[in-house]
Amino acid sequence: MSILLKVDNIHTHIGQYHILQGVSFEAKKGEVSVLLGRNGAGKTTTLKTIMGLTPATSGTVTFLNEGITKNATHHIASNGIGYVPEDQGIFGALTVEENLKVAMKKENDAARERQEYVLDLFPDLKKYWKKEGGHLSGGQKQMLSMARAFINDSKLLLIDEPSKGLAPVVIEKVMEAIIEMKKQTTIILVEQNFIMASRIGDTYTLIDDGETIQSGQMSELIQNEELKRQYLGIG
Amino acid sequence: MELIINLLINGLATGMLIFLLAAGLTLIFGLMDVLNFAHGGLFAWGAFSGVWFYGLTNSFTVAIIGAILTGIVLGFITEKLIITPVYGNHIQQILITLGFMIVLSEMLKVVFGPNQIAAKTPPLLSGSWEIGDVIIIKYRLFIILVGILVFGIFQFILKRTKIGLIVRAGVMNKEMVQALGINIKQVFLYVFMVGAALAALGGVLMAPYSGVIYAEMGMEFAILAFIVVVIGGMGSFPGSLLAAILVGLAGSFMAYYVPALSLAVNMMLMAIVLIFRPQGLFTAKG
Repeated sequence: MSILLKVDNIHTHIGQYHILQGVSFEAKKGEVSVLLGRNGAGKTTTLKTIMGLTPATSGTVTFLNEGITKNATHHIASNGIGYVPEDQGIFGALTVEENLKVAMKKENDAARERQEYVLDLFPDLKKYWKKEGGHLSGGQKQMLSMARAFINDSKLLLIDEPSKGLAPVVIEKVMEAIIEMKKQTTIILVEQNFIMASRIGDTYTLIDDGETIQSGQMSELIQNEELKRQYLGIG
Repeated sequence: MELIINLLINGLATGMLIFLLAAGLTLIFGLMDVLNFAHGGLFAWGAFSGVWFYGLTNSFTVAIIGAILTGIVLGFITEKLIITPVYGNHIQQILITLGFMIVLSEMLKVVFGPNQIAAKTPPLLSGSWEIGDVIIIKYRLFIILVGILVFGIFQFILKRTKIGLIVRAGVMNKEMVQALGINIKQVFLYVFMVGAALAALGGVLMAPYSGVIYAEMGMEFAILAFIVVVIGGMGSFPGSLLAAILVGLAGSFMAYYVPALSLAVNMMLMAIVLIFRPQGLFTAKG
């Protein structure tokens, strides 16, 4: 499988803090790569660095064989990377329809078809079409955020902690949606919920103190009790 | 009763002028998080350039268009040279825009001379209508209508167009707008230029209203506009309109009934709103 995104030894500073101190991993086309690690390990910063929101001070990010390390965020997004932030980034005073419309690059037949597909994937959004984003439940906001990132046929989706703060029944729905999205795109997922991560993920990258500890197949990690206990506090 | 109606029209006309200045300011602050104290300078430049164009052509339409174009050009220069280097730093923004405000005022004296300049009301808008005992001054009604028209146009753009959606979304979450592939810096520039154009429009309309224009007029009105932005809610367009009307009416009625309080009333109004609604009457944040 071809490599879609390659992160090579990135270092990121936020203010005076050296947050990422050597993160490296690859995301292969059609796979779900999961970034795992404790709170504050640097997973969210890694996604933000890929998006150019907290640019890397050194190291490289390559997407579709093109260096994007120093690119502006809007260029990175226009090149085909969709982003679902940890706080979902919903525009609270805009309706569900408007939230999606802001994201749509074009408004032609193909875009409308794509919108229909996305709404089939997240039927709740159709139901609350005219409701303001700020008045949606946590699960609905998560779905809207994922739909918004997915609506432009993104080649790669970065999804940050989609299960955070959601009820188990909603997590199940979100997980099903990600599994469906996986059929069409490549996903990099940050997830604390190991049960969810292990069900969806194909590969994993373990990050601790801003560094990559280990990468590999998810099936290997599931069996590695020592690694899970040491870095994820499981077992 | 006629007194009340006259005070009402006075207040509304003043309110609309303040609204034109505050509308740009609130968009600039709401979207760009920029405290632009030079905004008043753009207002003054609108007044002076408008009067100059009017003197040259004897056409008030040309004066308005000329003032708006002056605002757009100055807005472009201000954003590129003054604002861009200080994004994200309020202290530097206050210092540099206050400095630029002084530069803009002094430049007016260099270009148009240090003295006050008389501004005539165009003949078509001069005079008044008498309806019973009520005297309606045409030019004041014209200002009110322009204010309503501008509000309507901008509400349409903000609510019904893609660029309006982007601006509203940007006021709520700039980072997310960029992550959706939108060049927010370009949007910033457009918004700044539109804000400057609105200020200049306010300036050219102000000129015949007050009868004289002077280089420092921008600072006086900018303070009122800042009060309006705070009362209306940072980034809220309808909030600015409502607050501008409130400030205009309060000023008009107080100046008649309690002249000693006419200057303090705006501050009092702001203090009352801040006590009960620190975020302002409206909020644009989601």
